[in-house]
Amino acid sequence: MTAFLLRRLLAMIPTLLAIGTLTFFLMRAAPGGPFQSEKEMPARAKQELMQRYGLDQPLHTQYFRFLHSAIRFDLGPSYKNPDQSVREIVLDGFKVSAELGGWALLVAVFLGIPFGTLAALHQNRTIDHVSMATALAGVSIPNFVLGPVLVYFFALTLGWFPAALWVDAGSRVLPVVALSVAYVAYIARLTRAGMLEVLRADYIRTARAKGLAERVVVIKHALKLGVMPVVSYLGPAAARIIMGSIVIEQIFAVPGLGRHLVQGAINRDYTLVMGVVLFYAAFLMLFNLIVDLAYTWFDPRVELA
Amino acid sequence: MSVGIQPPVTVLAEAAPAPRSLWSDAWRRVQRNRAAVVSGAFLLGLSLISMLSPWLPGLQDPSVQDLALSATPPSAAHWFGTDELGRDMFARVLHGGRISMLVGLIGTLVSITIGVSWGAIAGFRGGKTDEWMMRFVDVLYALPYIFLVILLLVFVGRSLVMLFVALGLVQWLTMARIVRGQVLSLKTQTFVEAARALGANDFRILFHHIVPNTLGPVIVYTTLTVPAVILQEAFLSFLGFGVQPPNASWGTLLADGAKLLALFPWMVAFPGAAMSLTLLAFNFLGDGLRDALDPQDRREGH
Repeated sequence: MTAFLLRRLLAMIPTLLAIGTLTFFLMRAAPGGPFQSEKEMPARAKQELMQRYGLDQPLHTQYFRFLHSAIRFDLGPSYKNPDQSVREIVLDGFKVSAELGGWALLVAVFLGIPFGTLAALHQNRTIDHVSMATALAGVSIPNFVLGPVLVYFFALTLGWFPAALWVDAGSRVLPVVALSVAYVAYIARLTRAGMLEVLRADYIRTARAKGLAERVVVIKHALKLGVMPVVSYLGPAAARIIMGSIVIEQIFAVPGLGRHLVQGAINRDYTLVMGVVLFYAAFLMLFNLIVDLAYTWFDPRVELA
Repeated sequence: MSVGIQPPVTVLAEAAPAPRSLWSDAWRRVQRNRAAVVSGAFLLGLSLISMLSPWLPGLQDPSVQDLALSATPPSAAHWFGTDELGRDMFARVLHGGRISMLVGLIGTLVSITIGVSWGAIAGFRGGKTDEWMMRFVDVLYALPYIFLVILLLVFVGRSLVMLFVALGLVQWLTMARIVRGQVLSLKTQTFVEAARALGANDFRILFHHIVPNTLGPVIVYTTLTVPAVILQEAFLSFLGFGVQPPNASWGTLLADGAKLLALFPWMVAFPGAAMSLTLLAFNFLGDGLRDALDPQDRREGH
């Protein structure tokens, strides 16, 4: 177990190094730079700015400076907002994105699993057909269509919730709903498929044969194995829900990680983009590790390799 | 002697039911799935109309501006209304669909080409080659792809070709895994031995004999890849990184509409509906094909 953890954590280092290197050279290979747009800036002032950030140095020197600063988890100030360090911006953005994504994921799990289970228990009956057709529609409507539609009806027409920003509880409803619908639908589909398989298993027949109540059979025995597909989906989903929220953050003007990436890329804010990419990659890998650990709890037959 | 045996054989052959290949079986089952058939017809119709939209009689030019007609709601003359510059939305949705579908198809083609070759070679070679090739796929799986695609589009250039490449590169990983699994089990079968005995070389065995047999899962996954690519193109275009004006895709139409949502809601409604219906149809079709082509499912008896 410890060896497994150690090996996986160590394996993250070369991957992060590769991602950082790729991102670094991708950004530097492109024409333009962070101070390109300020045309009226005198050449000397620009020269000084470049010097201050070390952009006048040869590329390999810059690269090693970047590596050195990345190891210390301190990429320095953002080029566009020199008052703030990249670390502050990324952590603040992550808090917002994680809250948005966390709520969406909670909604998805607590609606998706019951719906999927219900559908599986009533296979090929009306309740199954209706919930699965709804789920397929939910999977198919992209969140950048759903977002504006929700804004139009619930913010502009009915006036129940604000149309944008991220300030109070009310302003969180629409972004969370817009983000979660597709995940509710997908988790419902996964749960149904998983439960259908498990409900046919011998150990469920045994549980029924010994006279357990249907509720106990389903909730205590079947569900634990039936939601395995959901568990394996949650790792990538958790990561994707933060990535997918790029659009939601854009529509609802939520100051999250995705918004920083988009703005940073447009502004050529090298340090900020690098910070977001590395943070996200590390987060993604940590989450996959947690999911692998969760597997062993749900299904003791799984061995960590 | 042989003459005496022949009649019973003929009788037997006549009595046996017509042979059912996987494909004829699958075709029959797809036809029975009404949602899949309707979806397939819808997609075929929509792609035909979209692809032919520049030559359709009576359809307005999607780029002609008429400020007198600025942002009129849907009417008999303009079924989907007009946008803020007076361009006909019906023409623009069809035109946008043309680019969205094109990106979806080409992106998928790129991903199939890479994914099938990669998976087939890894599975066929086996051993160390297989291990390294699939380890590479595992590493790529862990990358924050969309972030890198955004960086690629911003820093290297926002052209359509770049978009095809970027989207194709994202999607091939799962295809490679699926094909590799198939090839691993197929390469031990007797028809491969037969082909080898007849003197076929590795390349021929792999791409003429084994790969065609992986077609079922590849087709099913393709029907799921096309909408995924369309969705990602729209996602990137919505953020302003994908298709650039004067070209328009459903993603850029939605982005334009979302900005003017409070005033002209039809500018979101129609491209949004077109896109959602298309994705829904692809999902229904994919589900139907999976049910039809998955041999494991035969025991279900539907």
